[in-house]
Amino acid sequence: MANDKRIDEATGVETVGHEWDGIEELNNPLPRWWLWTFYACIAFAIGYCVVYPAIPGLHSATAGTFGWSSRGALASEMKAADDSHAAIRAEIAATPVEQLAGNEKLLRASIEGGRAAFKVNCVQCHGAGAAGAKGYPNLNDDDWLWGGDVATIHQTLLHGVRQPGDDATRMSQMPAFGRDGILTAAQIQDVVSHVRVISGQEKASGSSQRGAAIFAQNCAVCHGANGEGSRAVGAPKLNDAIWLYGGDRATITETVTNARYGVMPAWGSRLDPVTVKMLAAYVHSLGGGEAAPAPAAAAAAAPAATAK
Amino acid sequence: MTNAHDPKLARADHSDEISFYEKRKGVFPRGSDGAFRRLKWAIMAFCLIVYWGTPWLRWNRGPYAPDQAVLIDLAHRRFYMFDIEIWPHEFYFVAGLLIMAGIGLFLVTSAVGRAWCGYACPQTVWTDLFQHVDRLIDGDRNAQIRLQNAPWTASKVARRVFKWGVYLTISFLTGGAWIFYFADAPTLQREFWTGTAAPVAYATTGVLTFTTFWLGGFMREQVCVYMCPWPRIQTAMLDEKSLTVTYKHWRGEPRGSVKAAQKRVEQGLDPLGDCIDCKQCIAVCPTGIDIREGPQIGCITCALCIDACDKAMADVGRPRGLIDYFTLDDEAKVERGEEPAPVLKTIFRPRTLIYLGVWSAIGVGMLFLLGQRTRLDLSVAKDRNPEYVMLSKGAVRNGFTIKLRNMEDRPRAVVVSISGLPGGAIYTDEMDSDLARQSLAVEIPADTTKRIRVYAVVPKGAKPAEFLFDLKASDKEGGHDVAKTTFTTAEGNGQ
Repeated sequence: MANDKRIDEATGVETVGHEWDGIEELNNPLPRWWLWTFYACIAFAIGYCVVYPAIPGLHSATAGTFGWSSRGALASEMKAADDSHAAIRAEIAATPVEQLAGNEKLLRASIEGGRAAFKVNCVQCHGAGAAGAKGYPNLNDDDWLWGGDVATIHQTLLHGVRQPGDDATRMSQMPAFGRDGILTAAQIQDVVSHVRVISGQEKASGSSQRGAAIFAQNCAVCHGANGEGSRAVGAPKLNDAIWLYGGDRATITETVTNARYGVMPAWGSRLDPVTVKMLAAYVHSLGGGEAAPAPAAAAAAAPAATAK
Repeated sequence: MTNAHDPKLARADHSDEISFYEKRKGVFPRGSDGAFRRLKWAIMAFCLIVYWGTPWLRWNRGPYAPDQAVLIDLAHRRFYMFDIEIWPHEFYFVAGLLIMAGIGLFLVTSAVGRAWCGYACPQTVWTDLFQHVDRLIDGDRNAQIRLQNAPWTASKVARRVFKWGVYLTISFLTGGAWIFYFADAPTLQREFWTGTAAPVAYATTGVLTFTTFWLGGFMREQVCVYMCPWPRIQTAMLDEKSLTVTYKHWRGEPRGSVKAAQKRVEQGLDPLGDCIDCKQCIAVCPTGIDIREGPQIGCITCALCIDACDKAMADVGRPRGLIDYFTLDDEAKVERGEEPAPVLKTIFRPRTLIYLGVWSAIGVGMLFLLGQRTRLDLSVAKDRNPEYVMLSKGAVRNGFTIKLRNMEDRPRAVVVSISGLPGGAIYTDEMDSDLARQSLAVEIPADTTKRIRVYAVVPKGAKPAEFLFDLKASDKEGGHDVAKTTFTTAEGNGQ
């Protein structure tokens, strides 16, 4: 049957030699260029399988003679990105953190780099907008436990808070006045009243007047006579509107009774020095950053009346 | 198997019968003269002068902006056109111009048929130019045909190489001129020749040189017939009232020479028509068609055949206009023995007037917008995280990113102030917060958008509020803009 090939009269094309109830099929083979493209694709596929990972094994695929891998591609892209930053990172590394502000380009790069590093390392506690949470300071405001100039922020970042094994770590020690039996529950209530009065949340009362005396004896050494706090020992300001743990009576009572010991990692041992500098610049830029203290102030603080 | 059943032979038998490929027949148009030819000269000169000359026009915009009259500054996202400067956010002006160009083509088609194809299309202009080069170098129509059919002798090779060299020179000048619209022309010219221009300048020049050389030198009428969508669209746009180049067959047929006509008269037969079959209409046609076959896709309505026919008619003392601009409607009227409609009535018909109305409305609307647009602009983005910050003394601070846009070609001093925020004051991130006040003086550099961080502070007891940022120019020219935003406290955002 397959030998019944003949030329179709209407088209002049040979049939394939089959016939079904009078229906025949013309033999129009693939065009040559199509066929060769197809062969070329096969050849390409074989070559591809040789040079790239292609054939799966039990644990991994064949490596391919080019040695390409998606992890390797990522690594090289990351390296290229790092290399593109290398020059400015070297400049930042050579510049003391308090002098970054004097160089517009370095400051900008530092703030942007800090913004990125903050998202990876800091947002877990301080929040994506650095607004903090209960026990984790808001970094946007103008209240600083240890100081808000860029060098101090840098110092705090490098050594962390209450990090064992780091001599320069920020360490504040508030006694647990209730738990350790230093003050009685009633005395604590009086102190709490006093604190709420100096922070403007309550009117003076008998309790607060008794508390004032207790405050002067037990608290003023760190928190100051008027509750103005001390950055030297990391004692918070008590006469302002900002509360790390909360300013209501129950929370202050809890704080005085058991004390609070917040912690922060010493980033100096976790991140490279340039990244820590960048973080300091970023945190300083959030709106609460302070000018450097007196000696360096003349150079750094030049707040123009007009924005430039 | 017999030979008749041999597939190769069978195919060979049929291969000549149907082919979907039509080999190009060379077109060697004869040089001509006449009213339309002179009009085409004028339009060609105008188009080429505009194309080559425009980038070199200078326009004084002061020290902060380029002095090129027409400049598409892609790098800085600016489009300059004489006194108009367009920023990316005003791109609707460009879109409007493109829409006007589109409707303008409809308008022209409705009024005078394929006039765009015949006179102003770059393909037509450059094909015309190259055909003149052909005539200058190879001689007129007959000489060109002779040379085309001649064997490839050394002299033919030399002539071809020389002609293609001229083609290439024109193409290079054409392709090279394009890049000057995108950069300062004198500077780019210097950089181009010293090899220091951007690679894209060379690439663009190369590509456009090649397309001009190929499309204008060799493809020519095939672009119009096979490649260009516009003739196809025009087929749909033309109607029985559109002007087309028409052979008045009712006057011309039956055609025959002057001698044959005399003979017929002597024999007492019906006289012949006016067409003397001199084939001058075919000889001058740049697309090589015979207009006497009726309207067709290859006819770009360049009207050169009208010139040629008028000349022939004058030579034999018959009235002009055997081939002329005419409409199908008029053709039917003439065949019925009526008078054709006056030309002005044909041109200014309702369809054309509607196009004209839409086209003008868009144009006037854009001019109005152009006059109305502000050259000073303020936009305010409020910080969303954190929405507000409680400060030590109980004040509340909100952060804003403010964009000040100065679209003038000079720096401007402005004042940014707030209103509607009781007790509120603002300061920037480069100021001491103690200096916070109601308004800030800011200098915006020429032709830029300046971004500043602004903090608004309201003392203790702040309430959420909606308030306004206000931008006012300090110079005598003035100008101002307002942006509404909100002040958020722990109680909400005032909405």
